[in-house]
Amino acid sequence: MSAELDELYQSIILDHNRRPRNFRTMDDASAHADGMNPLCGDQFTVWLKLDGDQISDVSFQGSGCAISKASASLMTAAVKGKTKAEVEQLFERFHGVVTGKHPEHAESLGSLKAFGGVSRFPLRVKCASLAWHAMHAALEQDGGGPGGPGGPGSPGSPAASKVSTE
Amino acid sequence: MSAGGAGFGDLRPDFPLLAANPGLVYLDSAATSQKPRAVLDAIRSYYETANANPHRGAYKLSGAATDAYHDARARIAAFLGAADTDTLIFTRGTTESLNLLAAAWGHSHVHRGDRIVVTRLEHHANFVPWQQLARAVGAEFRICELDEAGHLDLGQLRALVTANTKVVAFGHVSNALGTVNDVRGIVKIAHAVGAVAFCDGAQGAPHLRVGFDALGVDAYAFSGHKMLGPMGIGGVIVRRKLLEAMPPYQFGGDMIEFVFDGDTTWNTLPHKFEAGTPNVEGAVGLAAAVRYLEELGMDAVRAHEVELSRYALLRLREIEGVVVQGPATAEQRSGVVSFTLGDIHPHDLSTMLDVDGVCVRAGHHCAQPLMRALKVTATVRASFYVYNTMADVDALAASLLKARERFGVHVG
Repeated sequence: MSAELDELYQSIILDHNRRPRNFRTMDDASAHADGMNPLCGDQFTVWLKLDGDQISDVSFQGSGCAISKASASLMTAAVKGKTKAEVEQLFERFHGVVTGKHPEHAESLGSLKAFGGVSRFPLRVKCASLAWHAMHAALEQDGGGPGGPGGPGSPGSPAASKVSTE
Repeated sequence: MSAGGAGFGDLRPDFPLLAANPGLVYLDSAATSQKPRAVLDAIRSYYETANANPHRGAYKLSGAATDAYHDARARIAAFLGAADTDTLIFTRGTTESLNLLAAAWGHSHVHRGDRIVVTRLEHHANFVPWQQLARAVGAEFRICELDEAGHLDLGQLRALVTANTKVVAFGHVSNALGTVNDVRGIVKIAHAVGAVAFCDGAQGAPHLRVGFDALGVDAYAFSGHKMLGPMGIGGVIVRRKLLEAMPPYQFGGDMIEFVFDGDTTWNTLPHKFEAGTPNVEGAVGLAAAVRYLEELGMDAVRAHEVELSRYALLRLREIEGVVVQGPATAEQRSGVVSFTLGDIHPHDLSTMLDVDGVCVRAGHHCAQPLMRALKVTATVRASFYVYNTMADVDALAASLLKARERFGVHVG
Protein backbone atom coordinates (compact mmCIF):
# COMPACT_ATOMS: atom_id res chain seq x y z
CA MET A 1 0.00 0.00 0.00
CA SER A 2 1.18 3.48 -0.78
CA ALA A 3 2.78 5.38 2.10
CA GLU A 4 1.36 8.74 1.00
CA LEU A 5 -2.15 7.26 0.93
CA ASP A 6 -1.55 5.74 4.39
CA GLU A 7 -0.74 9.24 5.59
CA LEU A 8 -3.73 10.83 3.83
CA TYR A 9 -6.32 8.29 4.88
CA GLN A 10 -5.27 7.71 8.49
CA SER A 11 -7.55 5.50 10.54
CA ILE A 12 -8.91 8.45 12.52
CA ILE A 13 -9.99 10.08 9.24
CA LEU A 14 -11.62 6.92 7.94
CA ASP A 15 -13.37 6.53 11.30
CA HIS A 16 -14.75 10.10 11.33
CA ASN A 17 -15.85 9.67 7.70
CA ARG A 18 -17.71 6.51 8.59
CA ARG A 19 -19.10 7.77 11.92
CA PRO A 20 -19.11 11.58 11.85
CA ARG A 21 -19.46 13.24 15.28
CA ASN A 22 -21.85 16.14 15.97
CA PHE A 23 -23.59 15.23 12.72
CA ARG A 24 -26.96 16.85 13.28
CA THR A 25 -28.90 20.03 12.69
CA MET A 26 -29.31 22.60 15.47
CA ASP A 27 -32.61 24.38 15.99
CA ASP A 28 -31.41 26.98 18.49
CA ALA A 29 -28.12 27.90 16.85
CA SER A 30 -26.68 31.39 17.15
CA ALA A 31 -25.41 31.22 13.58
CA HIS A 32 -24.91 28.84 10.72
CA ALA A 33 -23.18 28.88 7.36
CA ASP A 34 -23.05 26.72 4.26
CA GLY A 35 -19.79 25.67 2.70
CA MET A 36 -19.85 24.32 -0.79
CA ASN A 37 -17.46 23.36 -3.52
CA PRO A 38 -19.41 23.78 -6.78
CA LEU A 39 -16.77 21.88 -8.74
CA CYS A 40 -17.25 18.63 -6.88
CA GLY A 41 -20.65 19.08 -5.27
CA ASP A 42 -19.41 18.84 -1.67
CA GLN A 43 -21.83 20.67 0.58
CA PHE A 44 -21.87 21.16 4.35
CA THR A 45 -23.76 23.32 6.81
CA VAL A 46 -22.11 24.25 10.11
CA TRP A 47 -24.18 25.41 13.10
CA LEU A 48 -22.83 26.95 16.26
CA LYS A 49 -24.14 28.21 19.55
CA LEU A 50 -22.31 30.92 21.43
CA ASP A 51 -22.22 31.54 25.12
CA GLY A 52 -20.75 35.02 25.20
CA ASP A 53 -17.56 34.69 23.25
CA GLN A 54 -17.34 30.95 23.73
CA ILE A 55 -18.63 28.21 21.42
CA SER A 56 -20.88 26.14 23.64
CA ASP A 57 -22.16 23.81 20.91
CA VAL A 58 -21.37 23.07 17.30
CA SER A 59 -22.74 20.65 14.71
CA PHE A 60 -22.71 19.99 10.99
CA GLN A 61 -24.52 18.15 8.23
CA GLY A 62 -24.02 17.57 4.54
CA SER A 63 -22.21 15.37 2.11
CA GLY A 64 -18.77 15.17 0.67
CA CYS A 65 -15.64 13.08 0.37
CA ALA A 66 -13.91 11.37 3.28
CA ILE A 67 -11.46 14.23 3.74
CA SER A 68 -14.10 16.96 3.85
CA LYS A 69 -16.46 15.00 6.07
CA ALA A 70 -13.80 13.85 8.54
CA SER A 71 -12.40 17.37 8.63
CA ALA A 72 -15.82 18.78 9.50
CA SER A 73 -16.33 16.13 12.17
CA LEU A 74 -12.92 16.61 13.80
CA MET A 75 -13.33 20.37 13.58
CA THR A 76 -16.56 20.27 15.59
CA ALA A 77 -14.82 18.25 18.28
CA ALA A 78 -11.84 20.61 18.33
CA VAL A 79 -13.66 23.96 18.55
CA LYS A 80 -16.21 23.17 21.23
CA GLY A 81 -15.46 25.26 24.32
CA LYS A 82 -13.07 27.56 22.52
CA THR A 83 -13.42 31.31 22.07
CA LYS A 84 -13.84 32.89 18.66
CA ALA A 85 -10.27 34.14 18.68
CA GLU A 86 -8.97 30.68 19.60
CA VAL A 87 -10.93 29.10 16.75
CA GLU A 88 -9.65 31.60 14.20
CA GLN A 89 -6.11 30.98 15.39
CA LEU A 90 -6.63 27.21 15.17
CA PHE A 91 -7.95 27.56 11.60
CA GLU A 92 -4.88 29.56 10.67
CA ARG A 93 -2.53 26.89 12.03
CA PHE A 94 -4.62 24.09 10.47
CA HIS A 95 -4.48 25.86 7.11
CA GLY A 96 -0.71 26.24 7.40
CA VAL A 97 -0.37 22.50 7.98
CA VAL A 98 -2.72 21.23 5.22
CA THR A 99 -1.18 23.55 2.64
CA GLY A 100 2.29 22.47 3.72
CA LYS A 101 3.32 26.09 4.40
CA HIS A 102 3.76 25.60 8.14
CA PRO A 103 4.27 21.89 8.90
CA GLU A 104 5.85 22.91 12.21
CA HIS A 105 2.38 23.74 13.58
CA ALA A 106 1.21 20.13 13.22
CA GLU A 107 2.13 19.11 16.76
CA SER A 108 0.01 21.91 18.24
CA LEU A 109 -3.13 20.74 16.43
CA GLY A 110 -4.05 17.76 18.60
CA SER A 111 -6.05 15.17 16.65
CA LEU A 112 -6.32 17.61 13.73
CA LYS A 113 -2.70 16.84 12.93
CA ALA A 114 -4.05 13.76 11.13
CA PHE A 115 -4.67 16.10 8.18
CA GLY A 116 -0.96 16.73 7.71
CA GLY A 117 -1.00 14.13 4.91
CA VAL A 118 -3.23 16.42 2.85
CA SER A 119 -0.25 18.66 2.10
CA ARG A 120 1.04 15.97 -0.28
CA PHE A 121 -2.22 16.25 -2.26
CA PRO A 122 -2.65 19.94 -3.19
CA LEU A 123 -5.92 19.18 -5.01
CA ARG A 124 -7.45 18.04 -1.73
CA VAL A 125 -6.63 21.11 0.39
CA LYS A 126 -10.04 22.57 -0.42
CA CYS A 127 -11.72 19.41 0.85
CA ALA A 128 -9.92 19.65 4.19
CA SER A 129 -10.65 23.40 4.55
CA LEU A 130 -14.28 23.48 3.43
CA ALA A 131 -15.95 23.12 6.83
CA TRP A 132 -13.45 25.55 8.36
CA HIS A 133 -14.40 28.23 5.83
CA ALA A 134 -18.04 27.68 6.77
CA MET A 135 -17.15 27.94 10.45
CA HIS A 136 -15.26 31.15 9.79
CA ALA A 137 -18.27 32.58 7.90
CA ALA A 138 -20.62 31.63 10.73
CA LEU A 139 -18.38 33.33 13.28
CA GLU A 140 -18.21 36.48 11.14
CA GLN A 141 -21.98 36.50 10.90
CA ASP A 142 -22.38 36.32 14.63
CA GLY A 143 -21.37 39.64 16.02
CA GLY A 144 -18.28 40.00 13.92
CA GLY A 145 -20.13 41.04 10.79
CA PRO A 146 -21.93 44.23 9.90
CA GLY A 147 -25.01 43.08 11.81
CA GLY A 148 -23.21 43.39 15.12
CA PRO A 149 -24.13 41.74 18.42
CA GLY A 150 -27.82 41.28 18.92
CA GLY A 151 -28.40 41.72 15.19
CA PRO A 152 -28.71 38.75 12.91
CA GLY A 153 -26.98 36.56 15.47
CA SER A 154 -29.65 36.79 18.13
CA PRO A 155 -31.50 33.57 19.03
CA GLY A 156 -34.55 32.92 16.96
CA SER A 157 -33.10 34.55 13.88
CA PRO A 158 -29.84 32.73 13.35
CA ALA A 159 -27.47 34.41 10.99
CA ALA A 160 -26.74 32.54 7.81
CA SER A 161 -24.14 32.91 5.17
CA LYS A 162 -22.68 30.96 2.33
CA VAL A 163 -19.11 30.40 1.33
CA SER A 164 -17.79 28.49 -1.61
CA THR A 165 -14.34 27.30 -2.46
CA GLU A 166 -13.40 26.72 -6.06
CA MET B 1 -4.65 -9.69 -22.69
CA SER B 2 -2.82 -8.22 -25.63
CA ALA B 3 -1.29 -4.84 -24.89
CA GLY B 4 -2.56 -3.30 -28.08
CA GLY B 5 -6.28 -3.97 -27.81
CA ALA B 6 -8.26 -4.27 -31.00
CA GLY B 7 -7.77 -3.22 -34.57
CA PHE B 8 -4.63 -1.16 -34.57
CA GLY B 9 -1.48 -1.62 -32.54
CA ASP B 10 -0.22 0.28 -29.54
CA LEU B 11 -0.44 3.97 -30.49
CA ARG B 12 1.27 5.34 -27.38
CA PRO B 13 4.54 6.00 -29.22
CA ASP B 14 2.64 8.50 -31.43
CA PHE B 15 1.65 10.55 -28.37
CA PRO B 16 4.64 12.36 -26.83
CA LEU B 17 3.03 12.85 -23.41
CA LEU B 18 2.10 9.18 -23.13
CA ALA B 19 5.42 8.03 -24.53
CA ALA B 20 7.26 10.11 -21.94
CA ASN B 21 5.17 8.68 -19.07
CA PRO B 22 5.01 4.91 -19.50
CA GLY B 23 3.28 4.43 -16.12
CA LEU B 24 0.47 6.85 -16.91
CA VAL B 25 -2.97 5.30 -17.43
CA TYR B 26 -4.92 8.13 -19.04
CA LEU B 27 -8.64 7.43 -18.77
CA ASP B 28 -10.04 10.96 -19.08
CA SER B 29 -10.30 11.46 -22.83
CA ALA B 30 -13.95 12.52 -22.55
CA ALA B 31 -12.57 15.62 -20.79
CA THR B 32 -9.74 16.13 -23.24
CA SER B 33 -7.68 13.83 -25.45
CA GLN B 34 -3.92 13.58 -25.67
CA LYS B 35 -2.31 14.93 -28.85
CA PRO B 36 -0.35 12.95 -31.43
CA ARG B 37 3.02 14.23 -32.61
CA ALA B 38 1.46 14.88 -36.03
CA VAL B 39 -0.76 17.59 -34.53
CA LEU B 40 2.09 19.27 -32.65
CA ASP B 41 4.24 19.16 -35.80
CA ALA B 42 1.50 20.69 -37.95
CA ILE B 43 1.11 23.63 -35.57
CA ARG B 44 4.85 24.21 -35.45
CA SER B 45 5.13 23.92 -39.23
CA TYR B 46 2.35 26.46 -39.73
CA TYR B 47 4.20 29.05 -37.66
CA GLU B 48 7.52 28.25 -39.30
CA THR B 49 6.28 28.40 -42.89
CA ALA B 50 2.93 30.16 -43.32
CA ASN B 51 2.14 32.50 -40.42
CA ALA B 52 0.41 35.76 -41.35
CA ASN B 53 -3.05 37.19 -40.82
CA PRO B 54 -5.38 35.43 -43.28
CA HIS B 55 -7.88 37.25 -45.52
CA ARG B 56 -6.08 40.57 -45.08
CA GLY B 57 -2.75 40.92 -46.78
CA ALA B 58 -2.19 41.11 -50.53
CA TYR B 59 1.23 39.52 -50.07
CA LYS B 60 2.00 35.86 -50.69
CA LEU B 61 2.53 34.91 -47.04
CA SER B 62 -0.97 36.09 -46.11
CA GLY B 63 -2.22 33.98 -49.00
CA ALA B 64 -0.44 30.95 -47.53
CA ALA B 65 -2.13 31.51 -44.16
CA THR B 66 -5.50 31.94 -45.90
CA ASP B 67 -4.96 28.70 -47.79
CA ALA B 68 -3.93 26.81 -44.63
CA TYR B 69 -7.08 28.01 -42.89
CA HIS B 70 -9.33 27.21 -45.84
CA ASP B 71 -7.78 23.77 -46.40
CA ALA B 72 -8.26 22.93 -42.72
CA ARG B 73 -11.94 23.85 -42.96
CA ALA B 74 -12.41 21.72 -46.06
CA ARG B 75 -10.72 18.68 -44.51
CA ILE B 76 -12.65 18.90 -41.23
CA ALA B 77 -15.98 19.44 -43.04
CA ALA B 78 -15.31 16.41 -45.23
CA PHE B 79 -14.36 14.33 -42.19
CA LEU B 80 -17.67 15.22 -40.56
CA GLY B 81 -19.59 14.47 -43.74
CA ALA B 82 -20.59 17.99 -44.76
CA ALA B 83 -20.35 18.68 -48.50
CA ASP B 84 -20.94 22.44 -48.09
CA THR B 85 -17.57 23.43 -46.59
CA ASP B 86 -18.54 27.04 -45.92
CA THR B 87 -21.30 26.02 -43.53
CA LEU B 88 -18.65 24.91 -41.02
CA ILE B 89 -18.13 27.84 -38.66
CA PHE B 90 -14.99 27.72 -36.54
CA THR B 91 -15.43 28.57 -32.86
CA ARG B 92 -13.47 28.02 -29.65
CA GLY B 93 -15.27 24.73 -29.16
CA THR B 94 -18.64 23.13 -28.50
CA THR B 95 -19.56 25.55 -25.72
CA GLU B 96 -19.12 28.58 -27.94
CA SER B 97 -20.87 26.79 -30.82
CA LEU B 98 -23.96 26.10 -28.73
CA ASN B 99 -23.95 29.64 -27.37
CA LEU B 100 -23.73 30.89 -30.96
CA LEU B 101 -26.83 28.88 -31.87
CA ALA B 102 -28.77 29.99 -28.80
CA ALA B 103 -27.77 33.64 -29.24
CA ALA B 104 -27.89 34.15 -33.01
CA TRP B 105 -30.52 31.63 -34.10
CA GLY B 106 -32.39 31.47 -30.80
CA HIS B 107 -32.97 35.15 -30.19
CA SER B 108 -34.16 35.68 -33.76
CA HIS B 109 -36.40 32.62 -33.98
CA VAL B 110 -37.76 31.77 -30.52
CA HIS B 111 -40.47 33.98 -29.07
CA ARG B 112 -42.84 34.17 -26.12
CA GLY B 113 -45.05 31.10 -25.96
CA ASP B 114 -42.75 28.97 -28.11
CA ARG B 115 -41.23 25.83 -26.69
CA ILE B 116 -37.62 24.64 -26.35
CA VAL B 117 -36.97 20.96 -25.64
CA VAL B 118 -33.71 19.55 -24.26
CA THR B 119 -32.92 16.22 -22.60
CA ARG B 120 -31.96 14.98 -19.15
CA LEU B 121 -28.60 13.80 -20.53
CA GLU B 122 -27.29 17.22 -21.52
CA HIS B 123 -23.98 18.73 -20.52
CA HIS B 124 -24.48 22.15 -18.94
CA ALA B 125 -23.23 23.69 -22.22
CA ASN B 126 -26.28 22.35 -24.05
CA PHE B 127 -28.67 22.99 -21.19
CA VAL B 128 -27.99 26.41 -19.70
CA PRO B 129 -27.91 28.43 -22.99
CA TRP B 130 -31.38 27.10 -23.87
CA GLN B 131 -32.72 27.50 -20.34
CA GLN B 132 -31.52 31.11 -20.32
CA LEU B 133 -32.90 31.78 -23.81
CA ALA B 134 -36.28 30.48 -22.63
CA ARG B 135 -36.15 32.77 -19.59
CA ALA B 136 -35.11 35.76 -21.69
CA VAL B 137 -37.85 35.51 -24.33
CA GLY B 138 -40.58 33.89 -22.21
CA ALA B 139 -40.53 30.53 -23.98
CA GLU B 140 -41.36 27.17 -22.38
CA PHE B 141 -38.39 24.99 -21.44
CA ARG B 142 -39.02 21.23 -21.33
CA ILE B 143 -36.73 18.33 -20.46
CA CYS B 144 -37.10 14.85 -21.96
CA GLU B 145 -36.45 12.21 -19.28
CA LEU B 146 -34.73 8.82 -19.45
CA ASP B 147 -36.51 5.48 -19.49
CA GLU B 148 -35.82 2.62 -17.07
CA ALA B 149 -32.89 1.40 -19.15
CA GLY B 150 -31.22 4.83 -19.06
CA HIS B 151 -32.03 5.79 -22.65
CA LEU B 152 -33.90 8.87 -23.76
CA ASP B 153 -37.62 8.15 -23.66
CA LEU B 154 -38.54 8.89 -27.28
CA GLY B 155 -42.21 8.28 -26.52
CA GLN B 156 -42.07 11.12 -24.03
CA LEU B 157 -40.06 13.23 -26.47
CA ARG B 158 -42.80 12.78 -29.08
CA ALA B 159 -45.34 14.08 -26.58
CA LEU B 160 -43.14 17.01 -25.49
CA VAL B 161 -42.39 18.18 -29.02
CA THR B 162 -45.63 20.04 -29.66
CA ALA B 163 -46.58 22.29 -32.58
CA ASN B 164 -45.15 25.36 -30.81
CA THR B 165 -41.73 23.71 -30.38
CA LYS B 166 -39.02 25.61 -32.22
CA VAL B 167 -35.90 23.64 -31.29
CA VAL B 168 -34.90 20.25 -29.92
CA ALA B 169 -31.34 20.42 -28.51
CA PHE B 170 -29.71 17.10 -27.65
CA GLY B 171 -26.37 15.39 -27.39
CA HIS B 172 -25.08 12.78 -29.84
CA VAL B 173 -23.39 10.95 -26.97
CA SER B 174 -23.78 11.62 -23.23
CA ASN B 175 -20.52 12.83 -21.69
CA ALA B 176 -21.55 11.56 -18.26
CA LEU B 177 -22.85 8.09 -19.16
CA GLY B 178 -21.60 7.41 -22.69
CA THR B 179 -25.13 6.75 -23.96
CA VAL B 180 -25.27 6.92 -27.77
CA ASN B 181 -28.55 8.55 -28.72
CA ASP B 182 -30.82 7.70 -31.64
CA VAL B 183 -30.07 10.88 -33.61
CA ARG B 184 -32.24 10.02 -36.60
CA GLY B 185 -35.18 9.16 -34.34
CA ILE B 186 -34.88 12.48 -32.52
CA VAL B 187 -34.50 14.47 -35.77
CA LYS B 188 -37.65 12.83 -37.13
CA ILE B 189 -39.65 13.87 -34.06
CA ALA B 190 -38.36 17.47 -34.28
CA HIS B 191 -38.91 17.82 -38.00
CA ALA B 192 -42.44 16.39 -37.78
CA VAL B 193 -43.54 19.67 -36.14
CA GLY B 194 -41.17 21.91 -38.10
CA ALA B 195 -38.71 22.37 -35.22
CA VAL B 196 -34.96 22.40 -35.81
CA ALA B 197 -32.78 19.65 -34.34
CA PHE B 198 -29.45 20.88 -32.93
CA CYS B 199 -26.93 18.27 -31.90
CA ASP B 200 -24.11 18.62 -29.35
CA GLY B 201 -21.44 16.44 -30.92
CA ALA B 202 -18.64 17.05 -28.39
CA GLN B 203 -18.63 13.35 -27.48
CA GLY B 204 -19.80 12.14 -30.90
CA ALA B 205 -17.31 13.55 -33.39
CA PRO B 206 -14.23 12.05 -31.68
CA HIS B 207 -15.65 8.53 -31.58
CA LEU B 208 -18.28 7.94 -34.27
CA ARG B 209 -18.60 8.47 -37.99
CA VAL B 210 -20.79 11.59 -38.03
CA GLY B 211 -21.98 11.91 -41.65
CA PHE B 212 -23.56 15.35 -41.16
CA ASP B 213 -25.45 15.48 -44.47
CA ALA B 214 -27.02 12.05 -43.96
CA LEU B 215 -27.69 12.50 -40.25
CA GLY B 216 -30.43 15.06 -40.86
CA VAL B 217 -29.59 17.38 -37.95
CA ASP B 218 -29.78 21.12 -38.57
CA ALA B 219 -26.59 21.88 -36.64
CA TYR B 220 -23.76 19.80 -35.21
CA ALA B 221 -21.32 21.29 -32.69
CA PHE B 222 -17.91 19.82 -31.84
CA SER B 223 -14.63 20.47 -30.00
CA GLY B 224 -11.19 19.90 -31.45
CA HIS B 225 -9.43 19.09 -28.19
CA LYS B 226 -11.55 16.01 -27.54
CA MET B 227 -10.61 14.55 -30.94
CA LEU B 228 -6.79 14.73 -30.76
CA GLY B 229 -6.69 18.40 -31.79
CA PRO B 230 -5.54 21.44 -29.84
CA MET B 231 -7.60 23.33 -27.25
CA GLY B 232 -9.36 26.51 -28.31
CA ILE B 233 -10.65 25.32 -31.68
CA GLY B 234 -13.92 23.64 -32.58
CA GLY B 235 -16.90 24.49 -34.65
CA VAL B 236 -20.47 24.05 -35.68
CA ILE B 237 -21.88 22.90 -38.99
CA VAL B 238 -25.24 24.49 -39.72
CA ARG B 239 -27.67 24.10 -42.61
CA ARG B 240 -26.98 26.92 -45.07
CA LYS B 241 -30.51 28.29 -45.07
CA LEU B 242 -30.41 28.64 -41.28
CA LEU B 243 -27.06 30.43 -41.36
CA GLU B 244 -28.33 32.82 -44.00
CA ALA B 245 -31.43 33.60 -41.93
CA MET B 246 -29.44 34.18 -38.72
CA PRO B 247 -27.99 37.51 -37.66
CA PRO B 248 -24.24 37.55 -36.88
CA TYR B 249 -23.08 36.28 -33.50
CA GLN B 250 -20.24 38.75 -33.00
CA PHE B 251 -19.16 41.89 -34.81
CA GLY B 252 -15.72 43.01 -35.90
CA GLY B 253 -13.15 42.47 -38.58
CA ASP B 254 -13.56 39.83 -41.30
CA MET B 255 -17.31 39.42 -40.84
CA ILE B 256 -18.32 42.66 -42.56
CA GLU B 257 -18.86 43.54 -46.20
CA PHE B 258 -19.37 47.32 -46.13
CA VAL B 259 -19.41 49.48 -43.04
CA PHE B 260 -21.27 52.77 -43.41
CA ASP B 261 -21.69 55.43 -40.77
CA GLY B 262 -25.16 54.25 -39.89
CA ASP B 263 -25.28 50.59 -40.92
CA THR B 264 -23.23 47.57 -41.98
CA THR B 265 -23.66 44.69 -44.41
CA TRP B 266 -22.33 41.21 -43.73
CA ASN B 267 -19.66 39.12 -45.40
CA THR B 268 -20.55 35.79 -46.99
CA LEU B 269 -20.41 32.41 -45.21
CA PRO B 270 -18.48 31.31 -43.26
CA HIS B 271 -16.94 34.74 -42.52
CA LYS B 272 -20.23 36.28 -41.38
CA PHE B 273 -19.91 34.22 -38.20
CA GLU B 274 -16.17 34.52 -37.64
CA ALA B 275 -15.37 37.98 -36.34
CA GLY B 276 -11.76 38.90 -35.69
CA THR B 277 -8.48 37.18 -36.48
CA PRO B 278 -9.20 33.45 -36.65
CA ASN B 279 -7.43 30.64 -34.80
CA VAL B 280 -5.45 29.37 -37.80
CA GLU B 281 -3.03 27.42 -35.62
CA GLY B 282 -5.98 25.59 -34.06
CA ALA B 283 -7.63 24.86 -37.39
CA VAL B 284 -4.39 23.52 -38.85
CA GLY B 285 -3.81 21.38 -35.76
CA LEU B 286 -7.35 20.03 -35.85
CA ALA B 287 -7.00 19.21 -39.55
CA ALA B 288 -3.90 17.15 -38.68
CA ALA B 289 -5.87 15.39 -35.96
CA VAL B 290 -8.61 14.58 -38.46
CA ARG B 291 -6.03 13.20 -40.86
CA TYR B 292 -4.69 10.97 -38.07
CA LEU B 293 -8.20 9.70 -37.30
CA GLU B 294 -8.91 9.12 -41.00
CA GLU B 295 -5.78 6.99 -41.27
CA LEU B 296 -6.96 4.86 -38.35
CA GLY B 297 -10.47 4.77 -39.80
CA MET B 298 -13.47 5.79 -37.71
CA ASP B 299 -14.98 2.29 -37.93
CA ALA B 300 -11.80 0.89 -36.40
CA VAL B 301 -11.83 3.63 -33.74
CA ARG B 302 -15.39 2.69 -32.84
CA ALA B 303 -14.58 -1.05 -32.76
CA HIS B 304 -11.57 -0.40 -30.52
CA GLU B 305 -13.66 1.58 -28.03
CA VAL B 306 -16.50 -0.95 -27.98
CA GLU B 307 -13.98 -3.67 -27.18
CA LEU B 308 -12.41 -1.60 -24.38
CA SER B 309 -15.84 -0.72 -22.94
CA ARG B 310 -16.97 -4.34 -23.09
CA TYR B 311 -13.85 -5.44 -21.22
CA ALA B 312 -14.17 -2.58 -18.71
CA LEU B 313 -17.81 -3.44 -17.99
CA LEU B 314 -16.77 -7.05 -17.44
CA ARG B 315 -13.89 -6.21 -15.11
CA LEU B 316 -15.80 -3.57 -13.14
CA ARG B 317 -18.81 -5.79 -12.60
CA GLU B 318 -16.52 -8.42 -11.05
CA ILE B 319 -15.73 -5.96 -8.23
CA GLU B 320 -18.22 -6.21 -5.39
CA GLY B 321 -19.84 -2.85 -4.69
CA VAL B 322 -19.34 -1.35 -8.15
CA VAL B 323 -22.50 0.15 -9.63
CA VAL B 324 -22.18 1.08 -13.31
CA GLN B 325 -24.45 3.88 -14.55
CA GLY B 326 -25.85 4.09 -18.05
CA PRO B 327 -26.58 1.58 -20.80
CA ALA B 328 -26.14 -2.13 -20.12
CA THR B 329 -23.98 -3.03 -23.11
CA ALA B 330 -20.83 -1.63 -24.71
CA GLU B 331 -22.61 -1.35 -28.07
CA GLN B 332 -25.09 1.16 -26.61
CA ARG B 333 -22.35 3.48 -25.33
CA SER B 334 -19.21 5.20 -26.52
CA GLY B 335 -15.95 4.60 -24.65
CA VAL B 336 -17.30 5.97 -21.38
CA VAL B 337 -17.94 4.01 -18.19
CA SER B 338 -19.36 5.93 -15.24
CA PHE B 339 -19.62 4.18 -11.87
CA THR B 340 -19.51 4.30 -8.09
CA LEU B 341 -17.87 1.88 -5.66
CA GLY B 342 -19.91 1.25 -2.52
CA ASP B 343 -20.12 4.41 -0.47
CA ILE B 344 -16.59 5.55 -1.27
CA HIS B 345 -16.82 9.13 -2.47
CA PRO B 346 -15.67 9.50 -6.10
CA HIS B 347 -13.07 12.11 -5.12
CA ASP B 348 -11.45 9.75 -2.65
CA LEU B 349 -11.46 7.04 -5.33
CA SER B 350 -9.92 9.44 -7.82
CA THR B 351 -7.12 10.35 -5.41
CA MET B 352 -6.37 6.69 -4.70
CA LEU B 353 -6.35 5.81 -8.41
CA ASP B 354 -4.11 8.81 -9.13
CA VAL B 355 -1.44 7.45 -6.80
CA ASP B 356 -1.34 4.40 -9.10
CA GLY B 357 -1.06 6.65 -12.16
CA VAL B 358 -4.69 6.12 -13.20
CA CYS B 359 -6.33 9.40 -14.32
CA VAL B 360 -10.14 9.42 -14.11
CA ARG B 361 -12.71 12.14 -13.75
CA ALA B 362 -14.67 12.35 -10.50
CA GLY B 363 -17.61 14.66 -10.02
CA HIS B 364 -20.87 15.70 -11.62
CA HIS B 365 -19.41 15.85 -15.14
CA CYS B 366 -21.06 19.21 -15.84
CA ALA B 367 -24.42 17.42 -15.78
CA GLN B 368 -26.02 18.35 -12.46
CA PRO B 369 -29.62 17.90 -13.70
CA LEU B 370 -28.72 14.33 -14.75
CA MET B 371 -26.92 13.54 -11.49
CA ARG B 372 -29.96 14.67 -9.49
CA ALA B 373 -32.22 12.42 -11.57
CA LEU B 374 -29.87 9.45 -11.03
CA LYS B 375 -29.82 10.31 -7.29
CA VAL B 376 -26.03 10.40 -7.10
CA THR B 377 -23.94 13.42 -6.15
CA ALA B 378 -20.99 12.32 -8.22
CA THR B 379 -19.53 9.37 -10.10
CA VAL B 380 -16.15 8.23 -11.28
CA ARG B 381 -15.84 8.26 -15.05
CA ALA B 382 -13.29 6.29 -17.03
CA SER B 383 -13.23 7.20 -20.72
CA PHE B 384 -11.24 5.57 -23.48
CA TYR B 385 -9.71 6.62 -26.76
CA VAL B 386 -7.51 5.29 -29.50
CA TYR B 387 -4.34 5.05 -27.38
CA ASN B 388 -5.91 3.09 -24.53
CA THR B 389 -5.33 -0.63 -24.18
CA MET B 390 -6.71 -3.62 -22.32
CA ALA B 391 -3.77 -3.19 -19.93
CA ASP B 392 -5.18 0.24 -18.98
CA VAL B 393 -8.48 -1.42 -18.01
CA ASP B 394 -6.55 -3.99 -15.95
CA ALA B 395 -4.70 -1.18 -14.17
CA LEU B 396 -8.02 0.53 -13.37
CA ALA B 397 -9.51 -2.68 -11.95
CA ALA B 398 -6.40 -3.45 -9.89
CA SER B 399 -6.33 0.05 -8.43
CA LEU B 400 -10.05 -0.08 -7.59
CA LEU B 401 -9.51 -3.34 -5.67
CA LYS B 402 -6.77 -1.66 -3.62
CA ALA B 403 -9.03 1.32 -2.87
CA ARG B 404 -11.78 -1.04 -1.82
CA GLU B 405 -9.42 -2.79 0.58
CA ARG B 406 -8.29 0.54 2.09
CA PHE B 407 -11.77 1.95 2.67
CA GLY B 408 -13.77 -1.22 3.12
CA VAL B 409 -17.00 -1.27 1.19
CA HIS B 410 -20.40 -0.64 2.67
CA VAL B 411 -23.05 -1.34 0.08
CA GLY B 412 -26.50 0.19 0.36
